[in-house]
Amino acid sequence: MAFITANWNPLGEAFYRKTELYEMCWNLRDGLRDCLVAAAPYGGPIALLREPVRRSPSSRPQLEIYSASGVAIASFPWKSGPVVQLGWTVSDELLCIQEDGSVLIYDLFGSFKRHFSMGQEVMQSQVLEAKVFHSPYGTGVAIVTASSRFTLATNIDDLKLRRLPEVPGNTWSAGEVCRGILMSNGPELYILDTTSCTAVVPPGLGPQAGSIVHMSVSFSYKYLALFTDTGHMWTGSSHLQDKMSEVDTKKTTPPKQMVWCRRPKSQQPSVVLMWDRLLMVAGVSHDTIQFPLEDPCVLIGELDGVRIISSANQELLQEVPLVCQEIFKIASMAPGALLLEAHREYQKSSQKADEYLREIKEQSMLGEAVRQCVEAAGHEYDSNTQKSLLRAASFGKCFLTDFSPEAFVSTCRELRVLNAVRERGVGLPLTHTQLVYRQFYPLAIEVCRYLKIPDYQGVSRVLKHWASCKVQQKDLSDEAIARAVCVKVGDSPGVSYSHIAAKAYECGRPELAIKLLDFEARSGEQVPLLLKMKRSQLALSKAVESGDTDLVYTVVTYLKSEMNRGDFFMTLRNQPVALSLYRQFCKLQEQETLKDLYNQDDDHQELANYYVTASYREKRLESRLSLLQTAVDEYNKAKNEFSAKATEEEMRLLRFQRKLDDEKGAGLLGLSLQATMEALLALGLHKQAEQLYRDFRVPDKRFWWLKLKSLAEKEEWEELEKFSKSKKSPIGYLAFVEVCMKSNNKPEAKKYVSKVTPEQRVKAHLAVGDLEGAADAAIERKSDSELAAVLARCPASDRQLLDRLNRAAAAAAKK
Amino acid sequence: MAAHLSYGRVNLNILREAARKELREFLDKCAGSKAIVWDEYLTGPFGLIAQYSLLKEHEVEKMFTLKSGRLPSADVKNIIFFVRPRLELMDIIAENVFSEDKMHSPRDFHILFVPRRSMLCEQRLKEQGVLASFINIDEYILDLIPYDGDLLSMEYESAFRECYLENDQTSLYHTAKGLMTLQALYGTIPQIYGKGECARHVANMMLRMKREFAGSQNQILPVFDTLLLLDRNVDLLTPLATQLTYEGLIDEIYGITNGYVKLPPEKFAQKKQGEASKDLPTEPKKLQLNSAEELYAEIRDKNFNAVGAALSKKAKIISAAFEERHNAKTVGEIKQFVSQLPHMQAARSSLANHTSIAELIKDITSTVCFWGHLGVCASLVSASEAFFDNLTVEQEFMTGVDTDKVNTYIEDCVAQKDPLIKILRLVSMQSVCNNGLKQKVLDYYKREILQTYGYEHILTLNNLEKAGLLKLQSSSRNNYPTIRKTLKLWMEDANEQNPNDISYVYSGYAPLSVRLTQVLARPGWRSIEEVLKMLPGPHFEERQQLPAGLHKKRQQGENRTTLVFFLGGVSYAEIAALRFLSQMEDSGMEYIIATTKLLNGTTWIKSLMDRPESQSS
Repeated sequence: MAFITANWNPLGEAFYRKTELYEMCWNLRDGLRDCLVAAAPYGGPIALLREPVRRSPSSRPQLEIYSASGVAIASFPWKSGPVVQLGWTVSDELLCIQEDGSVLIYDLFGSFKRHFSMGQEVMQSQVLEAKVFHSPYGTGVAIVTASSRFTLATNIDDLKLRRLPEVPGNTWSAGEVCRGILMSNGPELYILDTTSCTAVVPPGLGPQAGSIVHMSVSFSYKYLALFTDTGHMWTGSSHLQDKMSEVDTKKTTPPKQMVWCRRPKSQQPSVVLMWDRLLMVAGVSHDTIQFPLEDPCVLIGELDGVRIISSANQELLQEVPLVCQEIFKIASMAPGALLLEAHREYQKSSQKADEYLREIKEQSMLGEAVRQCVEAAGHEYDSNTQKSLLRAASFGKCFLTDFSPEAFVSTCRELRVLNAVRERGVGLPLTHTQLVYRQFYPLAIEVCRYLKIPDYQGVSRVLKHWASCKVQQKDLSDEAIARAVCVKVGDSPGVSYSHIAAKAYECGRPELAIKLLDFEARSGEQVPLLLKMKRSQLALSKAVESGDTDLVYTVVTYLKSEMNRGDFFMTLRNQPVALSLYRQFCKLQEQETLKDLYNQDDDHQELANYYVTASYREKRLESRLSLLQTAVDEYNKAKNEFSAKATEEEMRLLRFQRKLDDEKGAGLLGLSLQATMEALLALGLHKQAEQLYRDFRVPDKRFWWLKLKSLAEKEEWEELEKFSKSKKSPIGYLAFVEVCMKSNNKPEAKKYVSKVTPEQRVKAHLAVGDLEGAADAAIERKSDSELAAVLARCPASDRQLLDRLNRAAAAAAKK
Repeated sequence: MAAHLSYGRVNLNILREAARKELREFLDKCAGSKAIVWDEYLTGPFGLIAQYSLLKEHEVEKMFTLKSGRLPSADVKNIIFFVRPRLELMDIIAENVFSEDKMHSPRDFHILFVPRRSMLCEQRLKEQGVLASFINIDEYILDLIPYDGDLLSMEYESAFRECYLENDQTSLYHTAKGLMTLQALYGTIPQIYGKGECARHVANMMLRMKREFAGSQNQILPVFDTLLLLDRNVDLLTPLATQLTYEGLIDEIYGITNGYVKLPPEKFAQKKQGEASKDLPTEPKKLQLNSAEELYAEIRDKNFNAVGAALSKKAKIISAAFEERHNAKTVGEIKQFVSQLPHMQAARSSLANHTSIAELIKDITSTVCFWGHLGVCASLVSASEAFFDNLTVEQEFMTGVDTDKVNTYIEDCVAQKDPLIKILRLVSMQSVCNNGLKQKVLDYYKREILQTYGYEHILTLNNLEKAGLLKLQSSSRNNYPTIRKTLKLWMEDANEQNPNDISYVYSGYAPLSVRLTQVLARPGWRSIEEVLKMLPGPHFEERQQLPAGLHKKRQQGENRTTLVFFLGGVSYAEIAALRFLSQMEDSGMEYIIATTKLLNGTTWIKSLMDRPESQSS
């Protein structure tokens, strides 16, 4: 235990350690010399292409895929063109980028999946360099051609090629993918994106530092390191706003590789540089750590360190986590260190155990001590170290009453799994997904269950992946596969049968796909595949079932383009929901089709409405009338007598308006009946107004109001009086009073007060401002509400009136 | 910034924060400077989620309104379209993109669909040949927007029309999705009740969605105990009636949109001494209305007749607080006084604002001089008389007086050419209160409307009939009186000042929708089976299984929480009534309200009109 710090190297405040992970199982004759190597992060697989540059056209390089521990997974001769770069996608697929810009995709087991091209123009001027990178969008590819043109694809699963603008001087010396492409040309640094090439200056890096010949972005894309030909290494944030450090490596040749080495909550990020025979860790401080190298190596940046792969072994270089430092640092007095010591003494049955424990407890740091031991165990690779730390934690826990065991339990569980998968045979994949992709299904399911991962995230995903492989087995019948899948998968939550079915369809097994789709609970999910398989009717009913109207629209537009009109309409007819949605669509986009739809359904009411709407779009009166006539016919067919009649009336009015417009230039067309009469009265065309009143059977009341207002407006008071006497007013006479008052003609108003019915007389008197009259009327009627209304208007100065009213009010109240 | 969202029983700020987070993530995906091109309809709702400052922090430098033609020039790297998934908008976007290509400096295009991505729209962009120009096409799932501490709205304007006229259930799909989002944040809602066809459809979709995601068990302790889904067409009456709460009246008269009201500026002129009042402001005064304002929270849900007293009480408290300065003797006391000043000044300006609003409303509504003590005198103006007459007729209808014959007041209003919407509201109300009108009466009204306002309104009338607002009496029996009596929809002695029943919000009428909610809580719907059968659509109850361990252990006296979702819209008076129920000591229930749209009778009828632009006002 004392020598646990033996492989620690101080650098500034922190320590770095290099731990051996594996002696590699592989047996490489020529080591890693002249090889293209790519290893996937998170302990992923390693791909190796020997002699990518062919010596003769007949020689075939070998492409090999190994697990991280060097167990061979696949190997085959490379028959395609010269490869510039290998890389892994986020889902462990191998990308082989060729000189001519085409990218070939293989799965983990070396079987070809598909290919795509980085653009036509690349064909002529070959790919010089390429890079595979990971971003929130997925896996991307960036290339640069011999003529210094960059092309970028941010997500290879949704391929959109973006050819970047030309770079100044058409030359460059180093590049990296970060916020577009970061590229240097001599001492200058540029950011190249789809629209422009912008010069940027890293803060604190003077021109005397020399030309930038190498650069590297950290795993999280937050930090950037630049290496210049004078041997200076600049580090800073990737948005180029802060500088972290500048180190003189005293090396003038550019490193073969430069990789960031940091961990989440890192104390001081640093960079690992590799030359032919030297590995150097350089960070914020001016010190460096140097390791000699015997064999050619490859560096793989990880989330929490750097993996170093050589032909013989594999090591992990990382910053020693703070908690491990505290426990294992020589002469450390951290609670965790004391607890570890206490447990060691306890095992020796020494009373010193008690002394140590007491010391921790006096500082009430026991909880912290346990927590430290548990956490440190999680960071250690050696299972003996893990065990002693966990035992110490367990020992410390005994003296705590209400300490949550959760962290302890889950760390134990996780460590067991991690140790299991680190076994050479499996080879370090860290997460269950990676297990799944390597087709260790039973182990993966066990891991999921053991780690208590919720089914939909764990077991279900394993099952889905298994089923997707299963449907590709050509030697089994559709029946057998469907049954096997159904038995195993059952209705495990979160398993997408449509995903499995899509796989089956991809392998040319549509029948199997249909069988599998039947098991899918999510109707929406089934639709795209059903459409692809030309089962459009089924797709439509599934879309309707899902309730997602956008999906229904999608199927409907598809059907429309696929079917002849008659069949299309018939199909819609059987799906009312789809039909109404299509109607909505037509209302906005295809008015004519709308008509056909209504026709097909014999929906006369809607047809009539359609013609009415259409009539308003017409400028010429004749076409307008003819459309309205059609509307009348349809309303009649719909047995909507009222609407038919009203529309006929409308036509009659239009004709009348037209006639008068022609004769008198009255400008009536388009006015409502009421407005027409109003206009006629205003023009003094009383006869014509009366004619409309009779012809259209306008209620007396409305006509009286109209005439009353019109006469008052024109101040034809005599006419008004005559009108009031023409017959008994259907609207009473209060209206006369009020309308006159509105025209500020009190004397005229007063004329009508006496004609007002007793119920409204108070109001009438008040309207003309005759308080006395109002009071008399109210007193006579003995109505308390009316008395109150008068009282409210009565000025306090008129004592006499007030008294009278109050007396009457009191009397009314008594009654 | 949005603290008022977190005061309530349910912290709706969680929802807002989730929405903000998603917005930030999207903006950061488009690296570099950006300009947003807005579908104008979205700016209001977005304002409730994020202010300009948030956008600015994420390098949004310019904002434009989406319109056809060429995009305004802006020196930015990214152009982002924030749009609803509508075909007509796609055509405009395509036009924008096309005219852009001719210019020399290309910019990156992105689309953010709100609230959901649409294949139909993407297809349209493809047909137009611009789909490939977009670097990012994403969706921003913004279904339910928090409007207040207890209020969520989708602000989906056409929801009622689409559901009941056009048989288009898009809004219901969004509702179901929104409720799933809500459950993801606040836990599975164990009990679902509902009444109406749309409610049934939404519940079905929710249950299906839950099945589809079976296994992804929600481990959040449920915040809501019950969800009640109510179709608007179960209660067509309530929104037709004029709301009589303070907030309801502000909405009826001036209209509240996205939490803001625009008011005539005259009453808000700054009266500074020595300054001539020559330059009266001409721009409408824009005020934000929510419970972040202490005084507003206090009075918004009161019957308007009780607002005066509340304001004058508040005025006394505030002036007393200012008087305190004379008592402040020691330095410490003065310091304390000064520290309270900002709060007091805010309270004073809030009081001034609401006094002005109340005066404005009073000019229109009041016939009684209850306002005198504030130094304002009521006068008998015709606006107030009209308001009063209108109210009288509404109340007659609601109490079932003469609902079967042509109403003279409506006739007079038509003759006077009052606004068409007012007429439609009244006629619809009469029809609803009479369970349909006799052929003769209905035809008479319809003719009056067509002859006076124009024959084009035949389409609108047809729509109202289709939506059930206008109806031909089919059976001879009018069941409205039974419903009214069983549910106690009319309370003779409604107490406006110190209410003891929800009927105070309409000065006598208790909103049917809220009564249904109240009865559901106690004694349960079983007691009103008969009435439920008379109302349209099925009523139902569903249960959603909770994972073991998430069953609430209720404290003694702890209230239950119900989410009431109004499909097709809800009025402010209904919200007030539900808030009143939440506050009642013995109700044992707290309500959170959600809806497709905040509405009043006018905006509602407007959404059902065709060619409303030719309508006379």
